[in-house]
Amino acid sequence: MKDGPNLTRTPPAKGGFRLGRRASRAIWLATLLVPPALLFLTFVVYPMISALVYSLYEWRGISRLGFYGLENFRTLLFDQPWQAWTINAFWHNVVVFVTLMVVQNAVALVLALILGSNPRGSRFYQVVFFLPVTLALVLVGFQWKLFLNPMFGVVNKLLDALSQGIERLVGLQVDLSQPWLGQESTALVALILVNAWRWLGFPTIVFLAGIRSIPHEYFEAARLDGANEWQVARHVTWPLLAPAVTIIVILTFIGSFNWFDLPYVMAGLDGPPGKSTDVLGLYFYRTAFGEVSGGLQNFGQGSALAVLMFLFILVVSVVWTRALRSREVELQ
Amino acid sequence: MSLRRLSTTTLIQLLLIFNTVMVLYPIWVMSLSSFKSTREIFRNPFGLPESFNLDNFIKIWQQTNFPLYFRNSVVVTSGSIVLILILGIMAAYALGRYQFRGNELLYLFFLSGLMLPLRLALIPLFIELKAFGLINSHLGLIFIYAAQGLPSAVFIMTGFLRTLPSDLENAARIDGASELQILLRVMLPLTRPALVIVSIYNLVPVWNDFFFPLVFIQSENLKTLPLGLTVFMGQYSTDWAVLFAGLTAAAIPVIVLYVILSRQFIAGLTAGALK
Repeated sequence: MKDGPNLTRTPPAKGGFRLGRRASRAIWLATLLVPPALLFLTFVVYPMISALVYSLYEWRGISRLGFYGLENFRTLLFDQPWQAWTINAFWHNVVVFVTLMVVQNAVALVLALILGSNPRGSRFYQVVFFLPVTLALVLVGFQWKLFLNPMFGVVNKLLDALSQGIERLVGLQVDLSQPWLGQESTALVALILVNAWRWLGFPTIVFLAGIRSIPHEYFEAARLDGANEWQVARHVTWPLLAPAVTIIVILTFIGSFNWFDLPYVMAGLDGPPGKSTDVLGLYFYRTAFGEVSGGLQNFGQGSALAVLMFLFILVVSVVWTRALRSREVELQ
Repeated sequence: MSLRRLSTTTLIQLLLIFNTVMVLYPIWVMSLSSFKSTREIFRNPFGLPESFNLDNFIKIWQQTNFPLYFRNSVVVTSGSIVLILILGIMAAYALGRYQFRGNELLYLFFLSGLMLPLRLALIPLFIELKAFGLINSHLGLIFIYAAQGLPSAVFIMTGFLRTLPSDLENAARIDGASELQILLRVMLPLTRPALVIVSIYNLVPVWNDFFFPLVFIQSENLKTLPLGLTVFMGQYSTDWAVLFAGLTAAAIPVIVLYVILSRQFIAGLTAGALK
């Protein structure tokens, strides 16, 4: 295979070399295709299939015992305390997705609509808004963990100042500063907002690209017909933006259910306080590789959880993409 | 009417400036803090530092493993991208420029990877790497990132190669060029725009990845920057001056590169969401 290129140098003109030419072409194509296919098989396809197989076996630590059927799945879904953990983590992923749709993607849409009208400096704003997307989530997580520190963090210092301002202005005694990451009621929301801070620029740019791809005549025609800006946005931009909306909904969904870095770095592997920030990604990692507090690791249950997450994400994204795509057609 | 338009323009600019502040102010506060002492950060978190000395940066450079993490990240990221580009162009060239049986099937085989969240295959990957002796090695990470990046590379580059006119190779073939020469001398220079997109599409996620090093790297001297930051944050948890300097130092190269290549970064990172 290694002298494929040499073979191809055979003079192509003479009839006697026809078969040789075809063979050398096959060798050349194999030389090109085998290495990438091999890498992809070894490190993507085989592991993905193995996860399915592993989930059907009983494991002790990292050694495989006998065939176990669907026991691992049953344990996760129906036995306590696993069932409670599974539901708790799953519910938090749902909260993450819904909240991101509202606070991140809705704001992004507004920003994209504004930028789409080409205000002065729109190029500068695009570059600035997209900047956090390039920063590592780990870095962003630590940065905001320091900012959200209850004693010394800048967030509470700002909120203290704001509270005093309100008190002075309207005489109302308020204390807006909170131990944001330290109490169950606010920890998950704080993490989601940090995530939104990091990601906001992404849907903004995707929506903006969608808006920019709409032919100019459509807007002009609508305006000539006497439509105001709101009507143009509602009846021209929004329907034609449907493909971009589909992509962002699906990517947000997949991202929300693979959420790991930020809760790991800002809260911890156990989803503190009191599992209030636990999500499926953390739960999967704990099940597979053990808890901080020296818990047992279980490759069988971990694989079963991975398979459940994979199937859930796959089925929902495929069905939902279909539904959203048919909506695109309807709207257009 | 014109007064109303003026107020709309003002409102729009105010909204945009507000969001600009929301984005830049946290980065600004972080950068300023990296010049302060911990005491100064606690006492005066928002103001300018008393002096712009580089003590904190010198400390992280000389007394911590920060330079090591940085170097490791450079090795892993550049290794992964080189491998993605080489293997990606090989597959894309065969799929995009040659007619043969099974072409479409192979293309779909590679594309299937676009849908698979490789993180969920963590356990089999762990066992596999262990069997290959690639646990706790940069090469193991490079293989995983390359395999993970291959589907998007094949997708982007095949699409690009298919748009190039076939006269190019035919002319070179008539001139007696070998297939390899055609690939390297004729096609490769033309695919530059696609190579840039693929590089950036993978550069940022691989540079920033935390998940795979967390599981596969145990030795302190092999840790990449995101994983190293967690060590660093634990070691210096009370020394906020050092922490902010570390975070700033980790952010600076990315921000500088982004400011220079913002157009390519934006195009590259959204390439997956835009057709």
